[in-house]
Amino acid sequence: MPRIFAYIVHSNSAADDSAAELAAAARRIDGAQAPAAIVTGWGAGLDAVCEATCAQYGEVWKIANPALAYPDAEVIRKALVNVVPRGSIVLAPHAHFGVDLSPGLSIKLNAAFVSDVVDIEGLEGGWLKLVRQEFGGQVSAHVRCDISSGAVLNIRPGAFKPWDGAPVHGQVMDHSAGAGDLTVRRRYVETVLSEAGGVDITKEPVLISIGRGIQDRDNVALAEELAEAMGAAVSCSRPVVDAKWLEKSRQVGSSGKTVKPKVYLACGISGSFQHLAGIKGNPFIVAINKNPKAPIFRVADVGIVDDILEFLPEMTAKIREQR
Amino acid sequence: MQSIAGAVYAFLPGRILFLILHVLGLVCFAYIVARRLAPLRRAQRDFRFDRPWTRLVRVLRFWLGQWRHPRYRTAGILHILMFAGFIILFSRAMDLLWLGVSDSAANAGLPGLAGRIYDVVRDYATSIVFLCMAAFAVRRLLFKPVRYAVPARYGKAHTADAVFLVALIAALMAADSLFEGAQAAGGAQQGRPVEFLAALSLPWMVKQTLLAAPLAMLARLHLGAYFAHEVTFFFLLCYRPFGIQFHVETSLFSIYFAKLDRGTVKPVRWGVPDEQLEQLPSFGVKTFEDFTWKHMLDFYSCADCGRCSDQCPANAVGRPLSPRFLTIKARDYSFRHYPVWGASRNGAPLIGGIYSADEIWSCTTCGACEAECPLLVEYIDKIVDLRRGLVDAGNVPQSLQKPLKALESRGNPYGKMEKKRGEWAKTCGVPVLNGNHDASTVYFVDSITSYDDRMQAIGRATAQILSRAGETFGILGAAEKDSGHEVRRFGEETLFMALREHNTEAIKASGARRIVTADPHAYNALKHDYKDMPPVEHISQFTARAVRAGRLKLDAVPDGQVYTYHDPCYLGRHNQVFDEPREVLDAIPGLHRVEMSRSRDRSFCCGGGGLALFYEPKEEQRMGVKRVQMAAEAGANVIVTACPYCMANVEDAIKVAGMEDKMAAIDLAELVEKQMR
Amino acid sequence: MEILVCAKRVPDTSENEIALNAAGNDIERDDLVFSVNEADNYAVEEALEIVERAGGMVAVVTVGGDDDEEVLRREMAMGAKNGVLLSDENFEGSDGRGIAEILAAFVRKGHYELILTGVQADDGAAQVGGMLAALLDYPFASLVTSIDVLDGGKLKVGREIEGGSKEIYEIELPCVLSIQTGINEPRYVGMRGIRQVASVPIATLGKADLGVDGHVGDAGARVKRLDYFVPPATKGAEMLNGGRDQAIAKLIELLRSKGGLQ
Repeated sequence: MPRIFAYIVHSNSAADDSAAELAAAARRIDGAQAPAAIVTGWGAGLDAVCEATCAQYGEVWKIANPALAYPDAEVIRKALVNVVPRGSIVLAPHAHFGVDLSPGLSIKLNAAFVSDVVDIEGLEGGWLKLVRQEFGGQVSAHVRCDISSGAVLNIRPGAFKPWDGAPVHGQVMDHSAGAGDLTVRRRYVETVLSEAGGVDITKEPVLISIGRGIQDRDNVALAEELAEAMGAAVSCSRPVVDAKWLEKSRQVGSSGKTVKPKVYLACGISGSFQHLAGIKGNPFIVAINKNPKAPIFRVADVGIVDDILEFLPEMTAKIREQR
Repeated sequence: MQSIAGAVYAFLPGRILFLILHVLGLVCFAYIVARRLAPLRRAQRDFRFDRPWTRLVRVLRFWLGQWRHPRYRTAGILHILMFAGFIILFSRAMDLLWLGVSDSAANAGLPGLAGRIYDVVRDYATSIVFLCMAAFAVRRLLFKPVRYAVPARYGKAHTADAVFLVALIAALMAADSLFEGAQAAGGAQQGRPVEFLAALSLPWMVKQTLLAAPLAMLARLHLGAYFAHEVTFFFLLCYRPFGIQFHVETSLFSIYFAKLDRGTVKPVRWGVPDEQLEQLPSFGVKTFEDFTWKHMLDFYSCADCGRCSDQCPANAVGRPLSPRFLTIKARDYSFRHYPVWGASRNGAPLIGGIYSADEIWSCTTCGACEAECPLLVEYIDKIVDLRRGLVDAGNVPQSLQKPLKALESRGNPYGKMEKKRGEWAKTCGVPVLNGNHDASTVYFVDSITSYDDRMQAIGRATAQILSRAGETFGILGAAEKDSGHEVRRFGEETLFMALREHNTEAIKASGARRIVTADPHAYNALKHDYKDMPPVEHISQFTARAVRAGRLKLDAVPDGQVYTYHDPCYLGRHNQVFDEPREVLDAIPGLHRVEMSRSRDRSFCCGGGGLALFYEPKEEQRMGVKRVQMAAEAGANVIVTACPYCMANVEDAIKVAGMEDKMAAIDLAELVEKQMR
Repeated sequence: MEILVCAKRVPDTSENEIALNAAGNDIERDDLVFSVNEADNYAVEEALEIVERAGGMVAVVTVGGDDDEEVLRREMAMGAKNGVLLSDENFEGSDGRGIAEILAAFVRKGHYELILTGVQADDGAAQVGGMLAALLDYPFASLVTSIDVLDGGKLKVGREIEGGSKEIYEIELPCVLSIQTGINEPRYVGMRGIRQVASVPIATLGKADLGVDGHVGDAGARVKRLDYFVPPATKGAEMLNGGRDQAIAKLIELLRSKGGLQ
């Protein structure tokens, strides 16, 4: 059984939620092994992250280097190639960083690569049996991966519950010396923050979220009216922003904002994982959608099959009546 | 009577002076017109020389008969009076020309009584034209009708130019009156038999005023007035081609060559059959020279009356489209690029130049502009040609690309599966025709009625009506594709031809000898865009016939509702089917019906159909909302319409306007189905 | 600049439900319509805009069979100068790396300064771009939402990260970028345009032409899909049936109890 490593994404001296999720995924591959974590970076925050990660990982391989101060996947890949033993399994979260890092990493490590893994069923012979989704989440597929020369797996955020076993008291090991030459042909310049809209949806406790099902810019008003009646705010999924019906600051999802509301009304949203990835904290999710087979119904707490263009105004009227 | 030809002006004898003036004037005019014709020689072909008798009858009706003018009553009547005046005065103008170069002209004209009568009529005509000019100036300066206003983005107001022209014509009339009156006054003093001067006419008033004037002065006035008249006449003649007044000359031609076939769209290139279209290097209008000569003639013929934009629904809701300025901007472009003096330049792209893409996409092809224009200027073909150019260049808004792609791959703009197209009919047992059935009639459903949950109700209602009236019919089911009506009008001609070919085969294979549809866009497409089709009927026509023949009986509606009928553009205005739907409604006992002020061929577009529902316009308000408000103003609380797109727009508008408790909408077929026994 | 865009022909799934076939081991393919992967189309548009500004030409390549030619033709109708089909029976069953190897072999035969792929295709793997870059040893950036050509053989690219923010990088040419949807507004390609390129020759290269070996084809694949399935419904949502009025009433009650009404 190869050694399992998890790449820890961190910022502001804290590890990302994915760290605990990868710890769980690793144990699904091999329950007997306490996986190792890899943390790269530079500066004081790095040690804090390494310490925190020791709870879930047997070893924490720290790679410190000024070139790693900003998490640039091109630089990190080079470091990992120099440090990770060949034949290992490396896990990373399937998000904007993992997508940048992992495919190239798998080539350089000459390992197999599977992207966006939602479940791990276990080993069958020399093959790891995994589950992925295709066609925007409409169907799932069993995939087998030859791990004889190792593997790089990008794990879907939220697919695995964070590992909550007893703390492992792992050791931090400094592998900075092994990083090697980190010159790359890509240079990080800066991060441009998105313009703040009027409303900060990340701070709202109740969100009325609209998707493609709203169909028309003018119909956005239906959601705004319901939000007003409920004292909530309006957010949306990506297609609504692409169509320019709402500003980017309203978008919930992996390329939008991460929200932690108490209540989330998903109206006319199909429920792609990129959107759901933006919803944290296990809110009460209500889904209203014309399509009874929409994936959103699998994750919602309450579901209503109906046309939001009719449902929303009627609901608004009822709420106003009762005031 | 004083001879003009023989008189001496400064040092020149009259006949020489005026010979020079007239010849110069005519040569100038001819040169200017020749320069104005220059772009037409570079333009695309246009086949307008067929059916000469039909065209002549239309000239009599629209040009001579001024048929469209009274639609705006005051301006219309004034124009008719002025036009009649011009026709009558034409002979006078010719006489006056001769007078300057030859004394023999003094005795020309109609002899005897006829001549005297003409003189009286002519004098009144001069006066009426003069008064009309005064009225026009007052309207422009005091009353300022809204349709004459020039929005800031189109430049400065046209008032000064209009008043200038009006003043010139008034001056012409005044000069003639002075010429006439001075001579009559002189004659009266000399005791000559007084020529009949129409009492209270302008020349008469001049004569009265000058009765006591010294003869020498009268002679000078007479000569001077003549000179003034001729100079003004030729100035006007040469000035007219520089502005909207050119319509005086071009209107005859623009009306003669006007489009005869309603509801059709011009081919991509006249004279190039469909099979050879592939060889064309470019589709549509991208530069000015891509227009046909008739379209360029239209630009010259616009009288800037603003009636088209006044009726245009896109203009009314604040979209960037104003038909009047489509024409005026193009005319100004041609004046700039083909100047009378100077070299001509051609080839600048229109979109991004005088036009914006949004302007061109904003049109719903409702045809209100074309129905209104007194000069029969055409708009829809130009918009379609401009869209063809945009499509050819790939410049299509993303909101339209999606349904176009879906139409190409699935035959409907929603991207839904072909096999589901006929599913709506399964609940009512409508057969799918595949050549095996004995049905003589095919019900062409088209995409929105087939796939939209709400509109399927119209399909079911239509099927019930056909059954109840004893018609054996079927649908094409999955073999049917979108009629392509809007695909063509949005400029995607190639995709349209593919859809047409497919549907034509399907209809032929069905063996049907008649087509019925509840969708006016499909109706128009099958009637005008498709070739060699069996006869097509709209469900309203079918129902009217069935009611008349007693095959359908209708029960009374409950009291308390006031109904109004909204004419769908493609049933009403484009196909002149106004009466049958009303006949059907009036055949329902107890149905209280009112007319909206804008109805029949003045109906106000609901917002457009087909691809127009996908386009996201920049507008201040929805057309549908305005229409629903019009229905409320007419006192109605139910709008009846006969088109699924009208239904979609109207129902949507009722919600957006918050009028759910004040207004309901129902399709004619749905209403009939509810009430039929 | 010579730009190569890697495109893929995928089923159009936006309005259509993907369903399992009767045997339950694959998706129902009978009614599928195919088109170019949306992100790849954005990539071609981006490439065309770059050469319109900075000069050059755009080539499009795909790995597949005869059916996949239509994707090349469509992008050529859009403005790409050349289309190349990489086809060989030995390529069938390739996994992501296999596809990347085939593309890398093709890239090595040319002089492309910039190679674009779409961020991801129908399988959502988002892998070929990154793999291609590593095989060629070119720098890489994914989720690109803006490209500016700088002097000195460099590009300034923006990458989409969470919260709608953008990472800006300078990247040296030659490089590989994977393009995110929404980066531009692709021009329309009409039926006429496609017909006009219907008989333009498409170069086809096979295994021998490319000199590719190793990881291609079914034999070389280390990742294989075994089946398609629909996961058994987990607890899922509590569906509120019984008509709209009832649903609204129940929903309001629930919201009140969860603190959703303020």
